[in-house]
Amino acid sequence: MKVYLEKTNEYKEVRSKTLKEILKELNINPTTVIITKNNELITEDSNIKETDEIKFLSVISGG
Amino acid sequence: MSCKKCIESPVIKLTNSPVSLCKSCFIKYFEKKVKKTISDYKLIDKNDHIVIAVSGGKDSTSLLYLIKKIVGERKDIKITALAIDEGIHNYRDESLEFLKGFCKKLKVNLKIVSYKEEFGKSLDEILKTYKGIPCSICGVLRRYLLNKKAKELKATKLATGHNLDDEAQSIMMNYCRNNMAISARLGPLTGIKKDERFIPRIKPLYFLTEKEVTSYAFLKGLMDNFKECPNSQQAYRNNIREMINDLELKIPGTKHSIVNSFLEILPLLKEEYSKDSKLIKSCLKCMEPCSQEICKTCIYIETVIKS
Repeated sequence: MKVYLEKTNEYKEVRSKTLKEILKELNINPTTVIITKNNELITEDSNIKETDEIKFLSVISGG
Repeated sequence: MSCKKCIESPVIKLTNSPVSLCKSCFIKYFEKKVKKTISDYKLIDKNDHIVIAVSGGKDSTSLLYLIKKIVGERKDIKITALAIDEGIHNYRDESLEFLKGFCKKLKVNLKIVSYKEEFGKSLDEILKTYKGIPCSICGVLRRYLLNKKAKELKATKLATGHNLDDEAQSIMMNYCRNNMAISARLGPLTGIKKDERFIPRIKPLYFLTEKEVTSYAFLKGLMDNFKECPNSQQAYRNNIREMINDLELKIPGTKHSIVNSFLEILPLLKEEYSKDSKLIKSCLKCMEPCSQEICKTCIYIETVIKS
């Protein structure tokens, strides 16, 4: 499935099926992002499916 | 999996406790924590004029929204938003447009002060000749203007959107560089002791993590298209941030522990370094407080901006 990374403004194809595995696959520390599923805020424990629109939004502020 | 307090789906896992919260429980938790910080540290007094430093980012936007929500109805308290326009094309111009609309909606006066008008050059123009780290000069100029303009506005408090992550990073940066005198100026209410040349600074988001603030801003619809500053080169802070985030992942609650243990020693640091506070001079050129004869801003004006 494809997920969106806001920090680099790009879509990434991932093999993993759970959010926790996706975070590991993309080497993203969960404390540095919030995750949305179809524009709703979720935790990394939430279930997702192939058709969901998943976004990782960076929490680091830029001044 | 549902919220630990109700049956709704959780939106956030807290790092300092095994609790996951749904949208409405998290918003309550967040706002209660801000109110508790304000109350515990007496951040807001009767008849205060609170000037809120705003950038259009998630922290200061959430802060402005919350201060307005918490004390906006009080007749004795005045709120003004203060934005610094450094003059960064395709970045600050966009966030200022957002701020104008947001402040109008909240019915809060917005004062915008620009580098161009105050110093004669925008940051973009300054960086054409200045080859140092942009954040070094920009941070000095911005802090100078925030204090100076807050004084001109007759503020009694200057509120900033610093969060728990910012504070934990500053504490560790000062530890690693043996800068304890600078750490003595940290805390939810900033300043070693009262000095009329400095407007006291308050940090109502002090005990909330960056992730919590971002989640709140998202859930409240306060997230404009926030971007990172194109000049951002805070290599040292970034290293410390990465180190703390790695530790937080392995040892949840690390950020809270860094800040809470620091707060235990802060009164001792303030006492120790208040002895030196009489060494704070007034700049011979601009009369703003500084530690040398001439303040850093005036040195930058002479050596970088006018050159």
